[in-house]
Amino acid sequence: MADLKEIIARRVARELKDGDVVNLGIGLPTMVANHLPEGVHIVLQSENGIMGMGSAAEPGKEDVDIINAGAQYVTVNPGAMYFDSATSFGIIRGGHVDATVLGALEVDQLGNLANWIVPGKMVPGMGGAMDLVVGAKKVIVAMLHTQKGKHKILDSCTLPYTAINVVDMIVTEMGVMEVTPEGIVLTELNEDYTVEQVQEATQCKLIISPSLKKMEY
Amino acid sequence: MIDKIKTADEAVAGIQDGASIMVGGFMACGTPEILIDALVRKNVRNLTIICNDAGVPGRGVGKLVSNGQVKTLIASHVGLNPEVAQRMNTDVEEDKLECILVPQGTLAERIRAGGTGLGGFLTPTGVGTIVAEGKQVLNVGGKDYLLELPLRADFAFIRGTVTDKFGNTTYNGTTRTFNPMMAAAADHVIVGACEVVEIGDIDPNNVVTSGIFVDAIVGGEKQWQI
Repeated sequence: MADLKEIIARRVARELKDGDVVNLGIGLPTMVANHLPEGVHIVLQSENGIMGMGSAAEPGKEDVDIINAGAQYVTVNPGAMYFDSATSFGIIRGGHVDATVLGALEVDQLGNLANWIVPGKMVPGMGGAMDLVVGAKKVIVAMLHTQKGKHKILDSCTLPYTAINVVDMIVTEMGVMEVTPEGIVLTELNEDYTVEQVQEATQCKLIISPSLKKMEY
Repeated sequence: MIDKIKTADEAVAGIQDGASIMVGGFMACGTPEILIDALVRKNVRNLTIICNDAGVPGRGVGKLVSNGQVKTLIASHVGLNPEVAQRMNTDVEEDKLECILVPQGTLAERIRAGGTGLGGFLTPTGVGTIVAEGKQVLNVGGKDYLLELPLRADFAFIRGTVTDKFGNTTYNGTTRTFNPMMAAAADHVIVGACEVVEIGDIDPNNVVTSGIFVDAIVGGEKQWQI
């Protein structure tokens, strides 16, 4: 079996369309850029001030003035642009980012997202996440289905929200889910799992799509 | 013409205990280290620092945090500097750090508002979250927005790539970040520049921050060494 995070990144990559402007979060979401289907070219936005971000800089060839939002040295593609943070978040809030992919601590059946604080334990701050999920046209949560067996897809979030009612799609190693007004619909299933296993790993009641498909990645 | 060229120590000489200072940069990329170092030497205390983040230990604002000079930090993300959490939770009163977290886009826009004469702005960011606590919610066209207020400071530390002697400044790569907004939103603005050139040497097409905003220029800023 392939690495679980790679499975998730591969499936998310299939969700992106040629020409999309995309902001990828730190960690697993960053891997999405390595798995784009042939012929799909996206424009990566980095909230610290790049449109048209390229790959990580080769060791020894870093330009110390060019980093991504995770403070890693990166390159930019031909046609790229740099801008200040107010412009960057104008682009984000203004709805000019087609999709943002980010991890979550918790997601619930109303599409509420919690991913920035565990009170009393971890207070890293929200960074640009609150703006990104409110502003991007499509919000894709890419994460392992559970936290070592503990539910992350819930009836309602227990941690402070990053934003309410913003998640459109959840991609995990078990399958693909869409957040609808009726609840979370399982639309694709990784054939390594059964529907029952996915439900067991999910706190809220899943709606099983009548046209449930095999998850391709 | 006013001579704005100063040494780093001269440029920070007017900063007193309790001052508020905006510091440009993102994870210290775009932060003028030469000015931070001078502030560490001056050892003024109880500062309010406004910066995207807390840098990392030994870099950027992280140096001020380590030296116990920061009383209040207004930032969007402090997760890459573990010392911030330690100081937020300490029982030692004089080491205690208050951290006010602001969404990054809201922080950038509050500073922009502070420098551009706006009384605030309406943003959908933070609606329904703890960020909204104590804030006015306005419904415009059927959608809820938070009223966010402008932010200004006594001083701003700007990191220029090339700065002329008037203060006109360019920024290389991703060093631009919060610098242009901060240059307009503080009473006294100091640029730490990698290269200082004569007036007229920078093509006006390439100037991002006008010299009208700049009060002092310090040369000798270096690129972040890996």
